[in-house]
This record gives sequence, structure tokens and C-alpha cells, in this order.
Amino acid sequence: MPTMTLNDAVLELDAEGFLADANQWNEGVAEAIARENGIPVLTEDHWKVIRYMRDTWFASGQAPTIRSLGKESGVDVKTLYKLFPKGPAKLAAKIAGIPKPHGCI
Amino acid sequence: MQRIVILGAGTAGTIMANRIAREYRRDLAGGGMSLTVVDQDNEHVYQPGLLFVPFGVYQPEELVRPRRPTLPDAAAYVQCPIDRVEADANLVYLEDGRTLPYDLLIVATGTRVLPEETEGLTGPGWYEKMFDFYTVEGSTRLAKALREFEGGRLVINVVDMPIKCPVAPLEFAFLSDWYFTQRGIRDKVEISYATPLEGAFTKPMCNRHLTHLLTEKGIEMVNDFNTGSVDGKAGKLISWDEREVPFDLLVTIPLHGGAAFVGRSPGLGDDLGFVKTHPNTLQAERAPNIFAIGDATNVPASKAGSVAHFESEVLIENIKHFLNDELLEHGFDGHANCFIETGFDKALLIDFNYEVEPLPGKFPLPLVGPMSLMEETRINHLGKLAFKWVYWNMLLPGRDIPLVGPQMSMTGKHTPEPVAVTSANPNLERHPHAHHDA
Repeated sequence: MPTMTLNDAVLELDAEGFLADANQWNEGVAEAIARENGIPVLTEDHWKVIRYMRDTWFASGQAPTIRSLGKESGVDVKTLYKLFPKGPAKLAAKIAGIPKPHGCI
Repeated sequence: MQRIVILGAGTAGTIMANRIAREYRRDLAGGGMSLTVVDQDNEHVYQPGLLFVPFGVYQPEELVRPRRPTLPDAAAYVQCPIDRVEADANLVYLEDGRTLPYDLLIVATGTRVLPEETEGLTGPGWYEKMFDFYTVEGSTRLAKALREFEGGRLVINVVDMPIKCPVAPLEFAFLSDWYFTQRGIRDKVEISYATPLEGAFTKPMCNRHLTHLLTEKGIEMVNDFNTGSVDGKAGKLISWDEREVPFDLLVTIPLHGGAAFVGRSPGLGDDLGFVKTHPNTLQAERAPNIFAIGDATNVPASKAGSVAHFESEVLIENIKHFLNDELLEHGFDGHANCFIETGFDKALLIDFNYEVEPLPGKFPLPLVGPMSLMEETRINHLGKLAFKWVYWNMLLPGRDIPLVGPQMSMTGKHTPEPVAVTSANPNLERHPHAHHDA
């Protein structure tokens, strides 16, 4: 299993770089994952989304969809794509330290 | 008296009504139980057939039958739109003001397309050069547009997931290639497939195979494309990250949602109106005496008739357990089985569940088949066409399909590499507490 090391803490990741255990997450981890994915600085809007992702996941066991993010996180969909380029729901989940939202089949 | 109410008389609701009528024949005849089925209209559509309507293979009227004859005589049929479910009061409110009390409720109201949720999609150009094929009206109108299409860019666009029959948009692309080849104008038509997914399909092995087929058939793929809006006048799709895909003819697979009443029923559904449902027991999270089946649920399985059928075998057992005050079985594993029409009278067949991705092999009998998994063959295509008869005569009456059980089987399958096990649903681990309290 791949890992990342941050301040001497070894964190386990899955094959796609998602944190294996959401409880190992902290703000430093979020910043490190963000940097690795091309987001050098996390702004207040980023944090709003990240906190919403974690709250939803811990409350419901599901990562929020892009649509519910746009409606309820306080950041609209267009801005979400600017903050987290390409796939906001996926990238925000990664930075928030929760599992990859499963593509529904 | 036990009052069972089923909402929805489509594939899943009809199968359940027939299974319950058989299982509880005596109770229903003797007055110990009542069974009521509700639907808003009287047209049962054979939905797998909609894919073929635009290409003139089926006429729309061949696909529609009245609902009442497909339901058991022992069931009362109420035709009326549903307003909402009040779970605390065990009541279904109908739009005409009537209420239906229940002891056990089964929600089987499926999914619907919501083109109005995408900016511009139902604006200028809708049903002129922009069509869906998930409705009888859309597929019928698209048939005419395809007949009159003389060349240009045909774009197939999946707006968002989840969608009903996730392989249907790919099949549409494959059949378009076949259709324009037959008409002798394939060289005048550019076919493009724009999807929010990273590939053609989300399961790795299947994705590789299907992506290869797209390439082979000269179909362009635009991936990670999240449609933000549609400009019908200019003929282009615009993604949230401001990429554009131009089209002359757009075949859209709009956003899907559950039935509208789910949103009006406190606590029943998720933000798209799908009923929050335990993925293995099919019990709704909202209340122990509510169950959900088929496209109406939020379980991470395909929204497909085969899934509804496999779920029904588990759900009938859990209904018996529930009525007997027994623990529920965690029997549903996400089993799905889909034909993928690839054009030129051939089809692929795939078989998978929550954990195991589609694999090559023979089906349903190891080595013998006669159908081949993950391989384009003519017999798979014949299987797909024969399925229409199986649907009306075996599936809806709720009969078990010979040799194919509710749990996926690994026999006859080749695993050339370690089977990919994904954590399909964090709920599996995270909510072990619920649903045993029946």
C-alpha cells in the first residue's frame, strides 16, 4: 500500500492517493495533498468546501455529489471547478481525506 | 390484517406484486392480508427497447402495455399520482387527497430524467436538434431526426451519474456507427462521446475493452467532461471548466432523479430523490417497515432491470422475515447482468456485483455458455433481442430465471489478474447498527 510521510507521520493511501483512514487527516495533511495536486494555497473557500465534505461524510457515510456541493457548501458549481480543477467532488474528497466518491454504475 | 402497499408498477414493483401474490396467496384470499399497487399512469414501458426505437428496430407502440394485466388479480390497483409518504404515520398521501395506510411499504417508483436541470438543455433546439432517448417521446422524436440526418457532428453526452442502464449511452454510440454505415453516410458523420467519467465505464477491465471498441469504431471520446450548460442555438456543450464540444445533433442523457414525491416525503430520499436504502437488505433507512427496490434506491448498483430482478429474490425473503419478526438477510450483493449491443448484430454480455468487476468467461454455464462474457458475439445479440419475451413472460411475473441466481457466480469466469476489490460503499462498514431491528 502506498504511503505519504508528513512530519514523521506515515499515512496510508489507496492506489489513487486517497487517505486510507479519514481519522488520520488534519489540516497539514490537507495542505500537503493539495500541493501535490496542483493547488499551492488553500483559500477560505477551499476550506469551506473541505469542511462540508468531511461533515457530510461523517454524518452520512457518503461523499457529497457536485450538485449538493453547489447547493449546500456555500460555493457555487462554477467556482468549485475553479477551486478544484477537473473533478471538484473527487479532488475535494481527496484533500478532505475521505474515500473517493464511487462512480455509480 | 397486514396491509402491503407497493408504490410503482414498473419492472420492480410488478415483479414484487407478483411474488407477494404467489407467496401469500392464502392470506390474500382469506382476508389476512391486502396488497395495493399504485402508479400514476397506465403505460408499462419495456424500457430496454427504447434504445432501439431511434434506429427504427422497434416501433414505440411495440414497447408499451397497460399495467393492470401485468399485475396479479389479488392486488388492488390504484392509478393516481403520489403526493408523499408520511413514515411516522404509516400513510401514503395521494394527489387526489386519498390516503393509503400501510403496515409494509415497498417503494419501486424508479427514476426519471430531468433535462430542465441543465441550463439551456430544454431551451432553443430541444426536440429539434437535442434529444433524449430515455423516454418514449424522446426516442420517437429522435428516430425522425436520425432518419433526416445527412451528416455532421453527432454528440452523445452523459450529463451526470448515476443513470439508468449505464451502458445504454455506449450502445447508442455503437449503434449509431452501425446505423450510418448501413445508410452509406458513415464518412459524413463524426460521432463523439462526452462523459463525466475518466473512461467509457467505471470498472477497469470493462473500461479498457469498451474504450478499445470506441476507438475501433472511430468514435471520439471526450472524458472528464462535466456539462455545465448547453447552447442549442450555437450547437455546443459547455463544461463547468469551460471546455466546448460542438454538435449538429445532440443525444443527451440528462441528469436522473427519483420520483418527485420522494423529495416531498420527509427523510425518505437523498438529494437526487433516491430512497436511502441499505445495500444488502434493501430496507429503507427512514423506517423499518419501508423497503425499496430497483431504480428508486440509492444503492451503488446499476439502475437496470436485471438488478431489480436479482433484488426481488432477496426482498421477498426479507419481507417474509419482517412479517415473521425475524432478522433480515444481507442477501443482495449488487449483482447486475447486462447485454451491451455493439452494432452489426453483435452484443457483449457483462456480469458483475458491488465488489467484482466484469470478467471474461462463459455464461450461464462454465465453458458451455452459450453466451460469452466480455466478448462481441452474435448469440449475445440474439440473447438481447430474446430478452423482450423473457421480460413480459418470466421477469415481470417474478419467476426465477433458470441457472441465474441472485448472487453473482464466479464459475466459468477467467481472472487473468487479481480481482479488483473496491470499497464500493462506505456504509457497509459504517452503518452496521441499522436494519437488524425488524
